[in-house]
Amino acid sequence: MSIVAMLDEARAARRQKTLIAFNAATLRLGGKTIIENLDLEVRPGEFLCIVGASGCGKTTALRLAAGLYRPTSGAVTFDGEPITEPRREVAIVFQDYGKALLPWRTAAGNISLALEASRVPARERGARIEALLRKVGLPGHADKYPSEMSGGMQQRLQIARCLAQEPTTLLMDEPFGALDAMTRQGLQDEVLSLTHASQTTVIFVTHDLDEAIYLGDRVVGLLPHPGRIGIELDVDLPRPRDQLATREHPEFLRLRRQLFDFIKATEH
Amino acid sequence: MSLDRARPLLLPLALTLAFELWARLTHLQSDSLAPPSAILAALAAALADLSIPIATRDTLFAAFAGLAIGSAIGLSLGIAFGISRPLDRLMEVTVEAIRPIPSIALLPIALIALGFGYRMEIVIVAFACVWPMLILTRSAVRSIEPRLMEMSRALRLSAPQRIAKIVIPAALPRIFVAFRLSAGIALIVAVTVEIAINPIGLGAGIMLAQQALRADLMLAYLLWIGVIGYALNILLIAAQRRLFGRAALAGDNP
Ligand SMILES: Nc1ncnc2c1ncn2[C@@H]1O[C@H](COP(=O)(O)OP(=O)(O)OP(=O)(O)O)[C@@H](O)[C@H]1O
Ligand SMILES: [Mg+2]
Repeated sequence: MSIVAMLDEARAARRQKTLIAFNAATLRLGGKTIIENLDLEVRPGEFLCIVGASGCGKTTALRLAAGLYRPTSGAVTFDGEPITEPRREVAIVFQDYGKALLPWRTAAGNISLALEASRVPARERGARIEALLRKVGLPGHADKYPSEMSGGMQQRLQIARCLAQEPTTLLMDEPFGALDAMTRQGLQDEVLSLTHASQTTVIFVTHDLDEAIYLGDRVVGLLPHPGRIGIELDVDLPRPRDQLATREHPEFLRLRRQLFDFIKATEH
Repeated sequence: MSLDRARPLLLPLALTLAFELWARLTHLQSDSLAPPSAILAALAAALADLSIPIATRDTLFAAFAGLAIGSAIGLSLGIAFGISRPLDRLMEVTVEAIRPIPSIALLPIALIALGFGYRMEIVIVAFACVWPMLILTRSAVRSIEPRLMEMSRALRLSAPQRIAKIVIPAALPRIFVAFRLSAGIALIVAVTVEIAINPIGLGAGIMLAQQALRADLMLAYLLWIGVIGYALNILLIAAQRRLFGRAALAGDNP
């Protein structure tokens, strides 16, 4: 086997293992270092959760991965290529769904926006919108305006719009932060089943440690000022996860304790 | 209910009646005043002989053409300046230098360049209509929720898509308020140009009546212009209400 072929193979293998990579990524905004020397690799199909105190740079890290910011130094890559602008196969779910939806468009119209951006022909849109609404548990709400929907429904709608992009990667920024506990648990399970079925890679930012462990294959805790990695935990809990059994699992409790101590220490 | 609606009309009606009475008792002879009954009679006559309808057509044509051109320019510039800070800063001094020029001060130049008639009037009206549209559109575009713009980037909407699907719909209620404002200005400027120099339309009609020492006809024109302006505003408010609901009218008077 020639050297070139071996190198190619090695590169292909490495690529398989990493989808998104932060390589010594540093971001300065307005003279302030917000993220410093961040090294993080996300594997394809992985569910990675990021936790950390408020203001430690979680949203900023997600924006780097989304291509909404470019690193001041270092690199953030997707599939080996530097991320210079938002990519179609990467969708982002914002925390403030109320501000991220178009109030003058119905649920169907909001989903349609993503299809229009991808230049899906008008006659194909209807069926796809219907399928997406069903997928996120909103069948029959096509003609409702966001203002006529509950917070949970609006967040489902935003997720449906992201899925319309047919992303291989979902970036979620505290998507359930503003929802009540019951709605939140329901949506956690839905996101797990939606992304598990399609092998979607997820970076999920949350300040809820239980949520991070419940959802993730791996949890990363960031340290503040400037943002960098402080702790990294592999979550070896059986899947599919279960709201009662998983949360009572000894491993869950151990991880929870470890993460809790870490966050507590960063707060002082 | 019907009494409630009629109440605002009571005072003007009483004043008109009082004026009529006074004019008759004193046998009013004046070049600037006429009793309401004479004004109404002159209005009816000028409507019947089509002089007012033709003048109205001319004035409204010039006003609407100028409004359309000026609003289109103001809207495009307002969107461009609202989206792009660097462009806005680049153009700021130019805009602030041109904007305070009273539109009517362009009359001598416009007259030399374009002569009497519609074209000159339309240009001056258009100039006047650019500014409210530009200023209000720019601020409306700037106040669009930043999250929406970020979302449109994340969805990879193209620049034209972003303007058509996000920027314009989001700013539309406030753009329409600017349009209403411009429509009023267009009518005022058109009539002003006609009074000053252009021999067409309602403004020219007033000047002719004045030169003929017809106070009743002059006031009939004034009354008619008031009616047109009032009707235009009512029409636009109704359109606004239909398009954007009552909520849009709430933020109307800052
Ligand atoms: N555009 C900006 N210019 C300057 N500083 C910024 C900017 N955006 C964010 N920051 C600062 O960067 C730090 C990290 O912000 P970021 O929003 O990423 O935090 P976060 O971890 O998401 O916080 P939270 O949990 O409150 O959402 C904060 O101190 C914030 O003030
Ligand atoms: Mg945040």
